Amino acid sequence: MSPSSPQQTSFWRGFRAGAPFLIIIGPFAMLFGVLSTEQGLTLTETMAFSVLVIAGASQFAALQLMADNAPALIVVVTSLAVNMRMVMYSAALTPWLGQASVSMRAALSYFLVDQTYAASILEYENRPHLTLSERIAYFMGVMMTVCPLWYLATWVGATMGTAIPPEFALDFAVPITFIAILSPMLRTPAHVVSALVSVTIALALWWMPYSTGLLVASIVAMIAGASVETWMESRKGPRL
Amino acid sequence: MTYSTTEIWFIIVALGVGTFLIRFSFLGMIGARQMSPMTLRLLRYTAVAVIPGLVAPLVLWPAATGGQPDAARLIAAATALAVGLAARNVVAAIFAGAAALYATQYLLG
Repeated sequence: MSPSSPQQTSFWRGFRAGAPFLIIIGPFAMLFGVLSTEQGLTLTETMAFSVLVIAGASQFAALQLMADNAPALIVVVTSLAVNMRMVMYSAALTPWLGQASVSMRAALSYFLVDQTYAASILEYENRPHLTLSERIAYFMGVMMTVCPLWYLATWVGATMGTAIPPEFALDFAVPITFIAILSPMLRTPAHVVSALVSVTIALALWWMPYSTGLLVASIVAMIAGASVETWMESRKGPRL
Repeated sequence: MTYSTTEIWFIIVALGVGTFLIRFSFLGMIGARQMSPMTLRLLRYTAVAVIPGLVAPLVLWPAATGGQPDAARLIAAATALAVGLAARNVVAAIFAGAAALYATQYLLG
């Protein structure tokens, strides 16, 4: 990408749009670093999580399931389920970025997180006349506010981790963080129903071995959410 | 936690590769093709379907108290949920939940 003016403008617009995320990403990644090393993962393993996976909610989910000693395969499958929403992100960005080279699309995919998706799709829809390289520059501008800090703050948290005394009840940082991530997602009655079904079945099936109850609960809750949405739409009558 | 180093690396690499493939799915492989409305609909609920089920037992039966329900943790969870719903702000919800946890622990000794 040549550093000509339109790309630079887009890059910095993206950077400014992403700047508010800095407040969330720093503490969130630090918390992951702290909890991961508290749980006995090495600094290298902790960093590998944040660099290879680079998806907060699923990293915390993996950590929690590992604390419960779930089988490795269950840890992977359940944590991947948390990331399945990104299929939608990938699909939504394809009309805007699908013409990029394969290596660029691979790079964009690696950096496709909640923040880069949300900010970019908004920009592309508001400014449909941007060129492909301007769109990529904008995406990378947002990315620069999120991803480097994600790695760095994980490292900071991981290196200071074991210095935190037990009075701070850090065990509860994961549930609180998950509740905080989750509650803004409860936008519609269908989302609320899905969440309630998930809670009820997960508690009822808690006795099932290897955290498999959670998988059952997740699948039923997903179907419940989709069904409520279908039902509500059919009440409103046909819609495009 | 009782995993061998190999198992830990299996988890990290499989989760990393799997997550990349999820992100690369349409951008890299499928292209600009329409997904069926039902698929879209199911995908919309993945996060809401997994996270509450993961959290609920942690809130009700925390390992730190030997699985006994704990007032401070219940109040902290309720506070985080209430602030998250009202403010729609992740960081505010985390801080409110942590503040409630520490305040209740302090008050209940």
